[in-house]
Amino acid sequence: MGDFDFDVILNNLPFLWQGLQLSLWLTFLAVLGGIALGTLLALARLSGIKPLAIFAAAYVNLIRSVPLILVIFWFYFLVPLALGRPIGGFYSALIAFVMFEAAYYSEIMRAGIQSVRTGQVHAGQATGLGYWQIQRYIVLPQAFRNMIPILVTQGIILFQDTSLVFVVSLRDLMTASSIVARTEGRLVEMYLFAALVYFVICFSGSLFVRRLQARMTT
Amino acid sequence: MIEMKNVSKWYGDFKVLTDCTTKVAKGEVVVVCGPSGSGKSTLIKCVNGLEPVQEGRIVVDGAEVTGSGAKLTKLRAKIGMVFQHFELYPHMSVRDNLCLAQEKVLGRTRKEAEARSETLLTRVGMIDHVAKYPGQLSGGQQQRVAIARALAMDPIAMLFDEPTSALDPEMIKEVLDVMVGLARDDGMTMMVVTHEMGFARKVADRVVFMDAGAIVEDRPTKEFFDAPESERAQDFLSKILQN
Amino acid sequence: MNYNWNWSVLWEPEYFGWLLSGLGWTVSVALCAWVIAIVVGSLVGVGRTLPNKVVSTLCTTYVELFRNVPLLVQMFIWYFAVPEMLPEDAGRWMKRDMPQPEFVTAVVALGLYTASRVAEQVRAGIEAVPSGLKSAATAQGMGVAQVYRYVLLPISFRLIVPPMTSEFLTVFKNSSLALTIGLLELTAQSQQIAEYTFQSFEAYTAATVIYVFIALCATIVMTVLERYTRIPGYVGKGN
Repeated sequence: MGDFDFDVILNNLPFLWQGLQLSLWLTFLAVLGGIALGTLLALARLSGIKPLAIFAAAYVNLIRSVPLILVIFWFYFLVPLALGRPIGGFYSALIAFVMFEAAYYSEIMRAGIQSVRTGQVHAGQATGLGYWQIQRYIVLPQAFRNMIPILVTQGIILFQDTSLVFVVSLRDLMTASSIVARTEGRLVEMYLFAALVYFVICFSGSLFVRRLQARMTT
Repeated sequence: MIEMKNVSKWYGDFKVLTDCTTKVAKGEVVVVCGPSGSGKSTLIKCVNGLEPVQEGRIVVDGAEVTGSGAKLTKLRAKIGMVFQHFELYPHMSVRDNLCLAQEKVLGRTRKEAEARSETLLTRVGMIDHVAKYPGQLSGGQQQRVAIARALAMDPIAMLFDEPTSALDPEMIKEVLDVMVGLARDDGMTMMVVTHEMGFARKVADRVVFMDAGAIVEDRPTKEFFDAPESERAQDFLSKILQN
Repeated sequence: MNYNWNWSVLWEPEYFGWLLSGLGWTVSVALCAWVIAIVVGSLVGVGRTLPNKVVSTLCTTYVELFRNVPLLVQMFIWYFAVPEMLPEDAGRWMKRDMPQPEFVTAVVALGLYTASRVAEQVRAGIEAVPSGLKSAATAQGMGVAQVYRYVLLPISFRLIVPPMTSEFLTVFKNSSLALTIGLLELTAQSQQIAEYTFQSFEAYTAATVIYVFIALCATIVMTVLERYTRIPGYVGKGN
């Protein structure tokens, strides 16, 4: 096995830390955007308006059939073209992630919305509340609350997915580790290090979800 | 106040309501009863448009419920409804449950809504629980709050869909007492789907008996109990009154 | 939006050939990895439910380890790090003499990763079997192995066919990660075409259409399997 060189990790810590920051920041923004867009898609699918429901279902099914790498390539190509000017890699990636994860979040929110008793909707309607008021004050708060563990789990998955920005050389943790690995010639240390960091964050996240679930069922 | 004319309804191929015609005048209390599956819950849900009808006409306080021009949201604000499973919003306190529609539909200020809520909660005997959440209350307590929530909109009529069917026996009385109070002291126009015949005898002006989606009898209370005309009503009453 | 449309590039023999070749690699990687995933995943999933503490802890460790590290990192570790970590001879063989190193590495990485997900499904399936059945079998004198063989596994495998459909489809999608270690699967080929012809829209659309087609086929296969293995009147829609 030879010599395992810890110094290479320590010497490059600031660089790696920046990569991790990008990963976390991308995850955070994509979760927010994904849940927002996903909720709208779920509402569209559950609305009685046929064309809207069909469009939302088609979008979700299309995205779920396709690999994330391809979606990243798509948006890297489409976004600057649509805007007519080059745009930072981060923003293209963010848009790709939001559009991609929204399909998955929409399925979660759809289950959440359907888990709210229809009597609740009736009670709201019976007092004269309109559709958006009912969604805003009665249905969505409950749907969201019911689905929090699954939403967080999806967030952890999203965090792992951000490693794919490697294919467009965006400097997240994975790409940063890779760069150091190549320039210093220390592949084993760097990739094991990256694996360790991801493991610690994701494993802690899943423990947190388990605590949440335990608390919710009591 | 409430008029239903020749109302028929289908769920796909299944005919749930057949040619139902009845009315509730202002200040009247009408009890709707019948065996399970007779369509009585469906009937009352048609009154405020929660269930659509394919045939017939429903008019409440001069406003159309059926037909394409119906302004259901406005109408529903004027009619109160109490559900079998209470349907209090579990993520809100009792106070917020009462204030939500007052603020968002009637446009009352928070202060006005809270004041009205407190009056009503006192009336139903739940003022001490104003900060609690529905999960912390018993069934009877939740239903009383639900009645107060419906009254908070200052409705012109109240609909009750089997309000005591989901309650343990010892809690039925507290809810029925509130309803009797509404009928006698407030002269509220009420349409009540229920099995509680004692309640019917006390305050109902008329009894509507349904079976298999159709209205079989529609008569003043005393006449209905003393001498039901149809065999089905006689059969039903004999089974119910045994308990 | 300035873009010159030219759909005919896709039909040019050279580029069409690239797409087919990419499709071939995608399907090969996915299917081979799936076989590994099913075999290893079932063993690990069953292992998690066994009363033997050592076995169940080992299996749990496997699952947590492979689930919480991104697939991309795992692939890189197998491809770049493992040859370095093995004893000299084995490492050299992996780097030089092993046939199709990209393919083999991708299959192993994807297979073991997916195995951890399959293990979770298998575990959930076994735990979903009502405990009364286990008691009934044990009461009849069946040993642990027999209980698993005749009661727990047959029922649980039928229960998990629907969620496994989604895992099967995911394996095809995840095969795209092999492009990072140089395997020219479908997504990589569409990127190549885009770079050579500047017809990115057409190239990516071709890949998208093919993936959707794969998804449809995978779903049909699993739906047929589900109908074939459904237990009458037991779960969900009965017969």
